[in-house]
Amino acid sequence: MAKPRPKYLNLFQIRLPLPGVISIMHRVFGAALFLVLPLLLYAMQVSLESPRSFEALMTVLAHPFWKLVALGLVWAYLHHFCAGIRYLAIDLDYGSDLGPARASAWAVLAVSVALTLLIGAWIW
Amino acid sequence: MVKREVVGAHYGLRDWLAQRITALVMAVYSVLMVLVFIRMPALDYLHWKGLWGLPAVRFSTVLFLLSLYYHAWIGMRDIVMDYIKDPGLRLAFYVVVIGALICYAVWSVQILWGL
Repeated sequence: MAKPRPKYLNLFQIRLPLPGVISIMHRVFGAALFLVLPLLLYAMQVSLESPRSFEALMTVLAHPFWKLVALGLVWAYLHHFCAGIRYLAIDLDYGSDLGPARASAWAVLAVSVALTLLIGAWIW
Repeated sequence: MVKREVVGAHYGLRDWLAQRITALVMAVYSVLMVLVFIRMPALDYLHWKGLWGLPAVRFSTVLFLLSLYYHAWIGMRDIVMDYIKDPGLRLAFYVVVIGALICYAVWSVQILWGL
């Protein structure tokens, strides 16, 4: 007898394996980084304009809210970076078997979170 | 023997490769810039302004940003292709993304050369 197939895709009933979670995070963080590009360019412009605007930017960035935002972006960048390196390796057929692929997905998560926490501790 | 015609616009492989080459450029730049930041004597306006005035930093940053914008275009296009089915809406998103990225590219050069 044929297995009953789901008639629709319920995102809350699909349990993604970790490499799948890493993959969708890669996409979400990538899109998020694209969306904040104007903000980052503006910050860059302000930082280089004059000593006064540089100090003003530093004051804003010292606020806990903006520190958290900055740290969130650091995490997004680090995750996208680490997951990207993983995809490059898999493209070259390194670690493309199930076992190593799961292990490297854990490594991506662990390394990016650990580095983010390290930078968080440093800026706080 | 049946001769099969592979159809399509044939930009898939080129974009796939471009996505990876731009990623490598950005990865190398990111690691180098982290090393540069760590070695900065102090984070004040003078040192900051001086750093971004160095020709090597300026040109490598422009290379990084152009890689970033091309990379972002391919990534955003893939996302739009996956989730937006309506051709008109899809085209509208493409135009907005490309327009934004071209503006960012011009703006980046303005910022780096203090124009």
